[in-house]
Amino acid sequence: MIVETGHFALILALVVAVAQASVPLYGAQRRSAPLMAVAAPAALAQFALIAMAFGALTYAYVVSDFSVVNVAANSHTDKPLLYKITGVWGNHEGSLLLWITILAGFGMAVSAFGRNLPPSLKARVLAVQAMIAVGFLLFILLTSNPFARLDPAPMNGNGLNPLLQDPGLAFHPPFLYLGYVGFSMAFSFAIAALIEGRVDAAWARWVRPWTLAAWVFLTCGIALGSWWAYYELGWGGWWYWDPVENASFMPWLLGTALLHSAVVVEKRDALKSWTILLAIITFSFSLLGTFLVRSGVLTSVHSFAADPARGMFVLGLLVLCAGGSLTLFAMRAPELKAGGLFAPISREGALLLNNVLMSTATGTVLLGTLFPLFADALELGKISVGAPFFNSVFVPLMVPMVMAMAVAPLLSWKRGDLMAALGRLKLALAATVAAAAASWLIMGGDDRPLWAAAGMALAAWLFFGTLSEWADRIRLFRAPLGDSMRRAFRLPRAAYGMTLAHVGLAIVIAGITGSSAWKVESVQVMRPGDVARVDGYDFQLQSVHPITGPNYTGEGAIFVVSKDGRQVAVLDDAEKRQYSQPPRPTTEAAIHTTWLADLYAVIGEADGKGGYVTRLYHNPLIPWLWIGALTMVLGGLVSLSDRRHRVGAPARKPAAARAMQPAE
Amino acid sequence: MRRALYLLPVVLFLGLAAVFLYQLSFGRDPRDIPSVLINRPLPPLDLPGVPGRDDIGLKSEHITGQVSLINIFGSWCVACVAEHPMLLQIRKTGLVPVHGIDWNEKNPEDGSRWLKRNGDPYDRVGLDLGPPKTNAAIDFGVTGAPETFVVDASGNIRYKHTGPITPEVWTDTLAPMIKELQKP
Repeated sequence: MIVETGHFALILALVVAVAQASVPLYGAQRRSAPLMAVAAPAALAQFALIAMAFGALTYAYVVSDFSVVNVAANSHTDKPLLYKITGVWGNHEGSLLLWITILAGFGMAVSAFGRNLPPSLKARVLAVQAMIAVGFLLFILLTSNPFARLDPAPMNGNGLNPLLQDPGLAFHPPFLYLGYVGFSMAFSFAIAALIEGRVDAAWARWVRPWTLAAWVFLTCGIALGSWWAYYELGWGGWWYWDPVENASFMPWLLGTALLHSAVVVEKRDALKSWTILLAIITFSFSLLGTFLVRSGVLTSVHSFAADPARGMFVLGLLVLCAGGSLTLFAMRAPELKAGGLFAPISREGALLLNNVLMSTATGTVLLGTLFPLFADALELGKISVGAPFFNSVFVPLMVPMVMAMAVAPLLSWKRGDLMAALGRLKLALAATVAAAAASWLIMGGDDRPLWAAAGMALAAWLFFGTLSEWADRIRLFRAPLGDSMRRAFRLPRAAYGMTLAHVGLAIVIAGITGSSAWKVESVQVMRPGDVARVDGYDFQLQSVHPITGPNYTGEGAIFVVSKDGRQVAVLDDAEKRQYSQPPRPTTEAAIHTTWLADLYAVIGEADGKGGYVTRLYHNPLIPWLWIGALTMVLGGLVSLSDRRHRVGAPARKPAAARAMQPAE
Repeated sequence: MRRALYLLPVVLFLGLAAVFLYQLSFGRDPRDIPSVLINRPLPPLDLPGVPGRDDIGLKSEHITGQVSLINIFGSWCVACVAEHPMLLQIRKTGLVPVHGIDWNEKNPEDGSRWLKRNGDPYDRVGLDLGPPKTNAAIDFGVTGAPETFVVDASGNIRYKHTGPITPEVWTDTLAPMIKELQKP
């Protein structure tokens, strides 16, 4: 009964979404306040109905109702409750339901927090948001109904892929979807602006917090996914340039570009049509990711059950959504008034450089991801594009960007003075040279790759450059300390957000460099008692013992690690598990972190003669990846908490202008 | 000129969409990574029988001499239940012997109980409880159940079908292939 209620709620949500997509749009055209006012309550109702449907499916999972196909195919009574719940989105149908729940949630948020939006803009934004919802609700109801019944119901379910039975993975899809779907806000605002024919500073001020929120979620989601790949797949790596990873990385790159170009629109009223285009493309790439993952046109280690009929449907949605909006862009964007001019060397110029490089990077990732597809269509045979391609094109694009990143915040708007900016970075430059030399020496001098020192230099340049910009702003050491403190307190949170996010990226770059240049790996067969030496650390396999979990059995190993005869760590949770339902093996890596490096051990197959295959790693600077990503997320959150985002736009309405008066 | 520039994104996108459309309609399924075993001799088989069914099991000599199907199944596998009526029907046509490998059972007897309940379409069934005793599924490169291999009369694997055999798969792919292989 509850399951049928969920299905029915979803159908009702479709009806509401159709009304929300049409009535307010017509109302905005006719300037009819009552018709425009339909949008906000409709968005609330749509969210309530979809949330009800999501609740119904979750209920079916929690009580293990195997008369529902989706539950029978993906759950099992032995599964811990946590993974019964996360199993709701561990499959195609359920994850789509989560997707649309989040979409409706954002719509509701606009109707709740968007009180100071002009009514026509709000009506149009919510209408566009509802159009996307109509497409996806149809997709769910026509091709991927999560509420379909199974008769006769099996005694037990098929179980969830054990790789997915892990907290890191269980919670990364919701974050990714919050990110992907969050970019639908920027998209809806862009379409609404094209319909209105008006893009101004106020518009950018409204779009930025939504884009920033989506970016924060997506950053979190990608970091979680990468962390999961690191400790669960057991290969000591954290990024594989897999199509599904790329599908989440491309919207991130574009979203980052959008974040920066929206600043230019807000502060300088320039780059308007470019920003609109970016908003459209960013969300289109989120949809493209959905299409690539679910249609089966590409394979990947974590594709959902691919189905060409579904693929056709998503392609149809993608063409309507991206094709339609890009056509609208081609028609309306040329009429947007061009804004302020600027010299190439200026804050705007630097932000534009960021945009060009980020978009080019996205283009190369897209090319690499889709190349196998083109090759197949052109009968060149099955080709796979691996990490070497991505690394060789991606790194050269990112190097100039990061170099410019330290300088850009020091340039002034309209016309900047590059020499003066570089002059203020003398200290940072000295620190960079010192850091590069130190890292080269510490890591053992000339037998280590020289490019690693260059990578560390790049990270240091960004780190110290960003900090000197901050010091410059508060006139640290140049004004009395009290004065500097006062300036530090007065600095807007958005400025701190930028500083933190850029510093976070610097830490990530150091982590990437360290983990790819200095990782030491050793694979061997060990018997209990044997010692293997990895990068100066002695890993002794102490014992292997049987383990039993709620829905798996397996073997656990204990390693004692010592350096120069002194014990430094005990790795006692390396496990090889055999899950019963579905019957699949997984490995659990044992990781000891010092925040500077990880010791990492994995136990593999038994050789039948009392020995086990073991993979041991010393991974320097890997923890910095997670620290850096967290710092970036923190930067986004701090910037999001800036009150200028909450009190709305500078102009357009006198009421909003009054609200801008500072409180102090 | 400036207007043409604004048209560029939509033109590029439509080109991309056309490639996707082509790939979805005419492209090969990227999952059909041809099994490395295709056109290679069957890996040696020596599986015990499923307790409660027979104790002959499934051995290499049972398979050579005529075209046959080897179907990987398990009582735990929901998709196998869906596939089962089709296998029973194939058995009824008598076109080709169907052998089963009962894979990854918790208890050795689960398979025979499952076959009693759902009907038994197999000529010979071997039990593969996995390493260390038996590892037929690993030798066959099985990624999941059900999977079905077409073996020719001289004992070479000729085709692998992943997932349940649907009526379409049978009439469009498997049956014509088997008839072709059975021609002297």
